Amino acid sequence: MSYLPYAVAAWICVVGLYGIVTSRNLIHLAVCLTVTQSSTYVLLLSVGYVHGGGPPIFKGVKLGTTSVDPVVQALSLTDIVVSVTVLALILALALDVHRQAGTVDPDEIAAMHG
Amino acid sequence: MSRRTRITVLVPAIGVLFALLLWGFAGIPDFGHYRGPYGFVLNHVATPERHVTNVVNATTYDYRGFDTMGEEFILFAAVTGVVLLLRGSGGPRRTVDDDVRSDIIRAVGALAPAVAVLVGLWIVAFGFVTPGGGFQGGVAVASGALLLFVAAGYRAWSPLGNEKLLDPLEGLGAGGYVIVGLAALVSGLPFLTNLFGPGIAGTLRSGGSAALLNWAAAIEVAAANVILTTEFIEQYIAPMVRRRG
Repeated sequence: MSYLPYAVAAWICVVGLYGIVTSRNLIHLAVCLTVTQSSTYVLLLSVGYVHGGGPPIFKGVKLGTTSVDPVVQALSLTDIVVSVTVLALILALALDVHRQAGTVDPDEIAAMHG
Repeated sequence: MSRRTRITVLVPAIGVLFALLLWGFAGIPDFGHYRGPYGFVLNHVATPERHVTNVVNATTYDYRGFDTMGEEFILFAAVTGVVLLLRGSGGPRRTVDDDVRSDIIRAVGALAPAVAVLVGLWIVAFGFVTPGGGFQGGVAVASGALLLFVAAGYRAWSPLGNEKLLDPLEGLGAGGYVIVGLAALVSGLPFLTNLFGPGIAGTLRSGGSAALLNWAAAIEVAAANVILTTEFIEQYIAPMVRRRG
């Protein structure tokens, strides 16, 4: 069981990739991309977890108490916020594609340009 | 490439990738047996050395402050891209009559944004003390603006979605971070060195100049998210205006 969180991260990663490649809708594709990206958060946070560890916050907690890794948390929290803005950029591009091509199906867009 | 060929190529490739990932992860320490050393070192030194009790925030704005500056500029670039693509394409700004007529929704609409903004500011302010920080609080503040649109309608929200106000604020957030970094250089220290002493641990006066970075990030993230919602709300409103003439 001790590898289960890592396996979950790997699964989320490949499921998202499958969605990206087979997508028929650019908005769905963007969501699949964020699913793949989320696998990195699951992986990072599982790598940094310590059995019985508390949060790495020492307000009212004795220094030296077992705590989980703060570095992976810092990486994940900034990336969650940044990924939302990148998702917004992709959605804006999808909107633009819809305006130019009249469709958000990646296959149809490719067909239009031969 | 046809859809069927694409899936035929994809499925074995994904299977191999999945197997490779599992094989790789089998080689790292078991879940719950983190070996460090960085996390343990930071957990031990951050509070005595920098006088902050939230080590996650100390990592974000102090120990890894330079990395966070890079993240901020990814955010800045993404928002610039959205603005370039969408701004102005919805046609001239007009107002739509979508006033909320339900009293209960209006009451919640008046209250909820204020609560969201207050909670957001609190999360930012106590970022170096308890869980929170500029990124998380900034998003909470921005959600207040979105709540105003959701609960009170376009007309109540529209003075907020003002690019003349939001663009300089976003610039202030991104630029402010760099200015705090440069201030250290001017005083003869390495870029982003924590200035004005560590302060008192567990109080609002902790974090030194990293507290300014925390606020710069909060302004940047809040303004960026309000800009994003503004651009998408304008896209949503535009066809409604056209339909009604």
